[in-house]
Amino acid sequence: MTTSEMVRRKPKRSKLPFLLVLPAVAIILLSMGYPLVNQLLQSFQKFGLAQQFGQPPEFVWFQNYFEVFTTADFWIAFLRSAIFCAVCASITMALGMGGAVLLTKIPRPVAVFVQIALLLAWAMPVLSSLQSFQLMFSTRAGIVPWFTSLFDADSANLNWLSHPLTFFTVAGLQVIWMSVPLVVFMLYASITQIDESMLEAAQLDGATGWQRFRSIIMPSIAPVLLLVSLLEVIWDIRVFTQIFVLQASSGISDQTDVLGTYIYRRGIMSSDYGVASAASVVMLIVSLALTWRYIRQFMKNEEEA
Amino acid sequence: MSTATERITVGETRRARRAPRETINRKKPLGQRIGRGVLTAIAIIGGLIWLFPTYWMFNYSLLGKDQLASRTPQAGPWPPTLSHYADILKSDSFWSALRMSLLIAVLTVIVALLFAFFSALAISRFRFRGRRILIVAVLVIQMVPAEALFISQYRMLDTWHLLNSVIGMTILYVGASLPFTVWMLKGFVDGVPVELEEAAMIDGCSRMGAFFRVTFPLLGSGLVASGIFAFLAAWNEYTLALVMLTKNSSRTLPLWLSAFTGGGPDQQTDWGLIMAGATLMAIPVIILFAFVQGRMATGLVGGAVKG
Repeated sequence: MTTSEMVRRKPKRSKLPFLLVLPAVAIILLSMGYPLVNQLLQSFQKFGLAQQFGQPPEFVWFQNYFEVFTTADFWIAFLRSAIFCAVCASITMALGMGGAVLLTKIPRPVAVFVQIALLLAWAMPVLSSLQSFQLMFSTRAGIVPWFTSLFDADSANLNWLSHPLTFFTVAGLQVIWMSVPLVVFMLYASITQIDESMLEAAQLDGATGWQRFRSIIMPSIAPVLLLVSLLEVIWDIRVFTQIFVLQASSGISDQTDVLGTYIYRRGIMSSDYGVASAASVVMLIVSLALTWRYIRQFMKNEEEA
Repeated sequence: MSTATERITVGETRRARRAPRETINRKKPLGQRIGRGVLTAIAIIGGLIWLFPTYWMFNYSLLGKDQLASRTPQAGPWPPTLSHYADILKSDSFWSALRMSLLIAVLTVIVALLFAFFSALAISRFRFRGRRILIVAVLVIQMVPAEALFISQYRMLDTWHLLNSVIGMTILYVGASLPFTVWMLKGFVDGVPVELEEAAMIDGCSRMGAFFRVTFPLLGSGLVASGIFAFLAAWNEYTLALVMLTKNSSRTLPLWLSAFTGGGPDQQTDWGLIMAGATLMAIPVIILFAFVQGRMATGLVGGAVKG
């Protein structure tokens, strides 16, 4: 309100706000805007052997996109990302939801303990915990192979990272482990905002726990739930670090590539910038399509707040 | 949304709920009490599972050579040894990576905070043409995945001879962290009454003078919080660093840590050393995290930490 008063008092258009946003806008244009435009251009250009010897790249229209869409490797990587994302995001949401409800039902000291455990998991740098997961699953020293060997002696020598399914299990467990805390805290915060008297009234009227959950808790936390699940999907679809780091110790990169690592291999390792850029543009469009709903939700929440 | 998330603090539940709950508790039948016991047990087991990877990392960082060679897992480091930490602190590659990480992170924080402060002022204090577009752009940009841009960012830095440099990395990190620092600081600037600035201007301050002498000092906690976010994002970042910092001498800590196991499957891995390195990298993060944990959810949802 006060700001609009100020504007009213000074009808003359000031240049100051534009000067103030200039440095931030300039550096964002430099670090993201310019590469974005370049990437679009590159995705229409061919980078072959001749270009490595200094020839300017050749304009080839949609040839790179055609190549991307007709390459099995790309589609398989795309599919792996999508499945990995769907599995991780849904397990994360389910565990997060369960954890949030659980926190409201247990004695306070236990709840504090659980929150500290989650907070610590949340704070851990990805690389630190990733190394810890590698240790836990390592063939020679890992506690997981040791544990499974108690039931099945052969499994002690299973190398978890050298088969695609077990490889993605390790990566997925790490992703879920680090993502659950945010979901629990966000959902718990919005559950504790629900008016307690409403729940008590429902209980007095004979509503069961499940009925109270479905008809009172769920509708009240729906906006936050949608926001968090969208974020989880956006984060999990572009998983890179976990896959790339585990690939280095697995030796089966070709069977475990996801979208991000496919682009990295194609672009940075093979210098095939044209095709890699086309694949990046596809990934960008997928992310922005998902993000669009997030932004609308975010703006709506901001306006309500 | 901010109202829903700013309340998250460990151990904080609504005070009002305690009293009625205890009165209900007394009346609870046996079946419900057993149910509650089961839930408590599940919660404790869940908490222990979530603690385990961190405990295991710390445990192995203190194990002696004989214990590390054993195939049965060692539940606790007894007697603990600090030799792995000593080995790491003696290695040049660690200090070089630490120096690189600190330089990039600190420079990113300084530049991002300064630029974000200006932008937050503009968005919070003025209604100008393009303001709404700017807000939407800020939100869109922070959701752009690093993986979808790194090819052309790599080629851009390559052309400018900025690969493997602190400056090049800082430009990319500032760009990536500005959206959420602007967004966070805007909230804090909104909280400083504009009348304070107006009073200073009546007393003879210029507009910018009022911003710097009155508003800036009042943003203390906001600047600290957004600064910590920007620092953590730069400190933990892996993907862009991997692409842009190709020389061993320019590695940051995450790259340094990941390179430990790159030796191949049959090579004997020194887990004690790796876990000591992982712990050293995590300690400053956990300390800083403790300062901002109440705001972490808001920051994360604002895109502060990318996958």
